[in-house]
Amino acid sequence: MTRPGSGWYVGTLARAHALTPTARSLVFTVEGWPGNEAGQHVDVRLTAPDGYQAVRSYSIASVGASGEVELAVDLLPDGEVSPFLVEELEIGDTVEMRGPLGGWFVWKPEETRPVQLIGGGSGVVPLIAMSRAHTSSASAAPMRLLYSLRSPADAFFADELSAATATVETTRHYTRTTPPDWARRPGRLTADDLAEATLPPADGPLIYICGPNGFVEVVARAMIALGHAADHVRTERFGGI
Amino acid sequence: MGHLDGNVLAGPIGDLLSFEPTTARGQCAGCGDVAVLAQATVYVHPMGYVVRCRTCDDVLLVVVDNGGRSSLNMPGLRWLEAADPA
Repeated sequence: MTRPGSGWYVGTLARAHALTPTARSLVFTVEGWPGNEAGQHVDVRLTAPDGYQAVRSYSIASVGASGEVELAVDLLPDGEVSPFLVEELEIGDTVEMRGPLGGWFVWKPEETRPVQLIGGGSGVVPLIAMSRAHTSSASAAPMRLLYSLRSPADAFFADELSAATATVETTRHYTRTTPPDWARRPGRLTADDLAEATLPPADGPLIYICGPNGFVEVVARAMIALGHAADHVRTERFGGI
Repeated sequence: MGHLDGNVLAGPIGDLLSFEPTTARGQCAGCGDVAVLAQATVYVHPMGYVVRCRTCDDVLLVVVDNGGRSSLNMPGLRWLEAADPA
């Protein structure tokens, strides 16, 4: 294991594709990258020609001992870094990356307890890495994902999550627009939604919640109110910075 | 803008310490709450990060970025203990 946070790597954009009208998957080849666990993040540093630097943290969608790092970046209209990554960065271009970072919001395949993942918007990205780790390790632990998103068009990795080979059972929740004939009207996640669509407290699941701050606060409180142990709940917030 | 949490400190503080910072446990000198750094409340400012207790909101520590050289102030942290190596 390399020392955490030690130094910066150079990531070269190898492949990219649109995930949604505003989000992009970016796969970087990173020389010397030691691999990463599911749920870890990287700090991405951009340097302008005048020397101005901007650093932002992004969750890693990929997992394992590969020399590639996949990010899934949603464009923040007022953002400083995300518009560049989503709209400007071309194949062969480079960015600086520091990581793999974090050890708290991480799921390891040797973990045998049931797992409930709850993602809001692009907060699903580290949970995608966890679902990939679950599949590739042939984990016997039950893992479920509750994915809250604005509309069907906003889904990241939709095909992968609903593939026949998926080992994680995904429930989608829509806050603005639903598919036709959807039973639940669009709206914010409520305690009733959580009770219905997540593993019950009796199963003692580990719970990973990632999304914007407000989403994480509300969902974490509701899960504890439903009877889940506070020390089973791990959260990661992101914000428009 | 709302706040973030201690997960974001993995890079900035990891550069200064020889252990993974976000899984390190610390105690708030104000209220005595014990939590891992990932659970703290973090406000991001242009000059760095202000890290507050999740329970009593006291300032636990401040990370200041001086043009690439970071400094760490820990006015409200009674102790900080690295996690067992994985």
